[in-house]
Amino acid sequence: MQVYLPIAEVSVNAFLLLGLGGLVGVLSGMFGVGGGFLLTPLLFFVGIPPAVAVATQGNQIMASSMSGVLAHLKRRTVDLTMGSVLLAGGLVGAFLGVMLFNYLKKLGQVDLLVELCYVVFLAIVGGLMMIESINAIRRSRAGAPPKRKKHNWVHGLPFKMRFRVSGLYISVIPPLMVGLLVGVLAAIMGVGGGFIMVPAMIYLLGMPTKVVIGTSLFQIIFVSAATTLLHATTSQTVDMILALLLLIGGVIGAQFGTMIGARMKAEQLRIFLAALVLLVCAKLALDLVIMPSDLYSISVGG
Amino acid sequence: MRLLTLICLTILTWLNTAAAETVVLGLNQDQVSITADFQGSELLIFGAIRRDKPLEASPLQVALTVSGPSSPVTIRKKSRVAGIWINTDGQRIGAAPSFYAVATSAAWQDTVGPALDGRHHLSIGQAIYPQDIERNDDSRFQDALIRIRTDEGQYQLLENEVTLQEQTLFKSRIRLPSNLVEGSYPIRVFLTRDGELVSEYRTNIQVRKVGLERFLYTTAHNTPLLYGIMSLAIALFAGWLASSLFALIRQQ
Repeated sequence: MQVYLPIAEVSVNAFLLLGLGGLVGVLSGMFGVGGGFLLTPLLFFVGIPPAVAVATQGNQIMASSMSGVLAHLKRRTVDLTMGSVLLAGGLVGAFLGVMLFNYLKKLGQVDLLVELCYVVFLAIVGGLMMIESINAIRRSRAGAPPKRKKHNWVHGLPFKMRFRVSGLYISVIPPLMVGLLVGVLAAIMGVGGGFIMVPAMIYLLGMPTKVVIGTSLFQIIFVSAATTLLHATTSQTVDMILALLLLIGGVIGAQFGTMIGARMKAEQLRIFLAALVLLVCAKLALDLVIMPSDLYSISVGG
Repeated sequence: MRLLTLICLTILTWLNTAAAETVVLGLNQDQVSITADFQGSELLIFGAIRRDKPLEASPLQVALTVSGPSSPVTIRKKSRVAGIWINTDGQRIGAAPSFYAVATSAAWQDTVGPALDGRHHLSIGQAIYPQDIERNDDSRFQDALIRIRTDEGQYQLLENEVTLQEQTLFKSRIRLPSNLVEGSYPIRVFLTRDGELVSEYRTNIQVRKVGLERFLYTTAHNTPLLYGIMSLAIALFAGWLASSLFALIRQQ
C-alpha cells in the first residue's frame, strides 16, 4: 500500500515504514537507544529527503521512548533524579550544538563532518563496549565475582549528590558533562544520543545496566521533543504522516523490545548493542571510502 | 441556426487572420489531485489541428512540453581526498524545473530546429537555462543534473511519442511521477514545419494536494508552532497508548 507523504512529497510503501519503525522500536526498548543512528540512514535509503528524515525521526524516537519509559517506570528502573541532571546538561548542550552546527554550515562540508562524527563515535563506543562485555563474560565464566563499583576519578569530584535508584553517591559534574556532550552531538548528528549516553552511564558513572536504559529513554524524550519543535518551527520539515507510520511500528516494537531486554543478561545485551553499533559504523565508513556509484548529487534550494 | 453560422464565420475569419494552422487542445484531466494514496498519474494530451488552406507538401510536426515549478538547485561533485570521497566541486543553477517532459511527433531534428529551440526553450538543456547567463559554465554539472533527473523520471525526452494522424489529430501520454511538486504546470504545444514554428498554444494544469494532505501541508507552513506541538502530542499519546495496551494484555 503506497502512501503519499505531504511534507516529504514522495510516495512510499506504508508497510515498509511500519516495519522500519517496528525494528527501531525493538532496539529502543531493548537497549535504551533512540535508534536514530540506525533510522536516519534507513530513511535516506527508502527515498525520504534527508532534511525531512532527520527532522521527523525525532518525533518517532519520542513516541517509542515514551512507550519504553512507561514500561520501565512500572518496573521502577528509571532514575528520575539522574535523568533530570542529564537533561539539564543535555538542553544546554543541544543549544550549543545548534550554534556549532550553523557555524560549520557557513564553512561548508557540514555533511562530511556529520558522517565523520558518526564513524568516529560509533567506532569508539562500539569497540569499547565489545571489549568490556567480552571481558565481563570471560570473568563470570571463570567464576570470579563480578566487580560492581569501581572507584575512579569520577568519585573524587565535589558537589556530591545521592542517586537512590542507581545506588550512587557521586558528584553532579560528570552527569552534567555527559548530558552536555550528548546534547551537542544530538544537535549535530540529528540523533537522540542514547548510543553514547548508555555506555557513558555504565562505564563513566558506574550505573547499573538495568537502570541505565530507562533513564536514558527518559532524557531522550525531552531532547527529541526540543529538536522536533525546533525543526517544525524553523524549517517545516516534520512530516506527520511519516512520523505516524513510523511511531505506530515504533511503540509496538518498543514494548516487545522491553520484554526481550528484561529476559536477557546485561552482558549479552551489551554485546548485541556493541555489535550493532560497530555494524552501522562499518557501513558508514565503507560509504566514505568506496567510490560512490554516482559522483554527482543534487540538492534543491541550496 | 443563422446566428450559429454567423458565429462560426466570425471565428473562422478571426482564425484566418491569426494563423493558417492552429491547435485545438484537450486534456483528460484539468487538475491533478495529490491524495494520500497518490502514486503518480498519466496525463493524456490530445487535440486537432484546424486549418483553412490546403496541406503543404512538407509535413507538419507537433512538439509539446509539460513543465513543473522551478527552484534553484546545487549540483555537487565528489572526489577522493585522503582516501575518502567528499564533495569538492559544485555549481548552483538559478532555476531548474522540478518536472519537465518534451514529446515530439518525429525525430528531434525533424521537429525542432535550433532556432526554434533557442527562442522557445524546448529541449531539456534549454529548459534548465531559460536565460543565457550561465551557459558558458562547465556543462558537466548540467549534464549530471539532466542524467540524474532523467533516471528518476523527472525529466523526459519523448521522441516520436506524439501520434499524429492525417496531419490533423494528435495525442500523447505523459507519465507524471509520484514525487510531483505542487503548483501550476504550463503545457505548450508547438506546430512546426521543417523545424520552424507554425503556431503555438499554451495552457496550464494545476497540481494540488487535497484533503488531509492539504490540511497538514498548510498547517505546517502557516502555523508551524501549532503543527510542532500537535506532532509532539500525537507522539506522546501514541507512546502512552501502546504502553497501557500492552500492560492490559500482560495482566490477562
